Amino acid sequence: MSALLELRDVALIRGGRLLFEGVSLSLEPGGSAIISGPNGVGKSSLMRVAAGLLRATVGEVKRHSPAALADEAAALDERLTLGRALAFWARLDSVRAEAGMEPMGIAHLANVPVRMLSTGQRKRATLARVIVSGAPLWLLDEPANGLDAEGQERLTAAMAAHRSRGGAVLAATHQPIGLESAATLALGAA
Amino acid sequence: MTALILRELRLAASGGTALLPLIFFLLVATLFPFAVGPDRPLLARTGGGALWMAALLAALLPVDRLVEPDRAGGVLDQLALRGVNEEAVAVAKLIGHWLSFGPPLMLAAIPAAALMKLPREVLLRVEIGLLVGTPGLTALTLMVGALTAGLRGTGAMAGLLMLPLAVPILIFGAGMIEQGFETGAIKLLGAVSLLLIAAAPFATGAAIRACRD
Repeated sequence: MSALLELRDVALIRGGRLLFEGVSLSLEPGGSAIISGPNGVGKSSLMRVAAGLLRATVGEVKRHSPAALADEAAALDERLTLGRALAFWARLDSVRAEAGMEPMGIAHLANVPVRMLSTGQRKRATLARVIVSGAPLWLLDEPANGLDAEGQERLTAAMAAHRSRGGAVLAATHQPIGLESAATLALGAA
Repeated sequence: MTALILRELRLAASGGTALLPLIFFLLVATLFPFAVGPDRPLLARTGGGALWMAALLAALLPVDRLVEPDRAGGVLDQLALRGVNEEAVAVAKLIGHWLSFGPPLMLAAIPAAALMKLPREVLLRVEIGLLVGTPGLTALTLMVGALTAGLRGTGAMAGLLMLPLAVPILIFGAGMIEQGFETGAIKLLGAVSLLLIAAAPFATGAAIRACRD
């Protein structure tokens, strides 16, 4: 099977500073990789390069499937209820939002306005958007930030289910998030 | 595309974004007679121009709410990931924002004209002018909003960028009131408006892409 995401010798310069270079990565269906490294080393930037939102200064980035990104920005309209805010994205993805709220345990919050949600609940909503998106490639930037133990378990289960269906997960994180047999990509180690 | 336009309308309706420029417009129309005095012929002669000034400044008000919240909230990134290109986002914003700004402003111009004791034919010229000119104003607001997204203290900056560019709209819009439909003012107003509308998707799209770096 062909890879969902390929990075070959990618380097990125931002604001006149070399963040990383020589990063290569290949994610097969069912595969996963964890980007680790100290703060400021460019984990989030690499994530955005993989998502196609930033252009790599050098190197090749190939995405062979749609990608879903969960980063620190929830991208949910603050004034809407959570259900309707997620439904906007679900409609663009031609899916039903409920299918993502259930696995993250936020179905009971559907009628709560987004601005009233806590950090952890927001994170769950962001992950719910990724889960329901139907994109084979998940790009998760610090997915476990703000999640409680139960939320982390749900995240782990969702990632495992996604991989068993042939999806791939690329995560940037400091903490163990229960990705089994994931390749590790250490930035700033050299 | 429809979903994006509907979203713009919903945002405008829910946050008072649509209401604020209208209140501002009516406020200026209320204050103007106090400033120049209740002289009916003078008001009738200057009132139309004052309405255009008010419309211009009202168009400036929502400039920081058009693009910046979507950039900061990650909405623009999520749309890009779904393959919606930035120009399409700009077109949706242009249509959605005009619908929440142009027609309500034209409605508000009726009581505003009454406050200034404008004759009926002047009101008609103002209304036609607003119909032709507000899409251009909206396009300008959108471009400036995208250019200043991600910067701090954008309010004054946006005004400095936008108001000089809005001068042609003001000249032809107000010129049309004085001289009526026989002169070329309305055609030139239309031309300026079309030019701004044509440029807006590309300028806005490029600005959105540029602020990702």
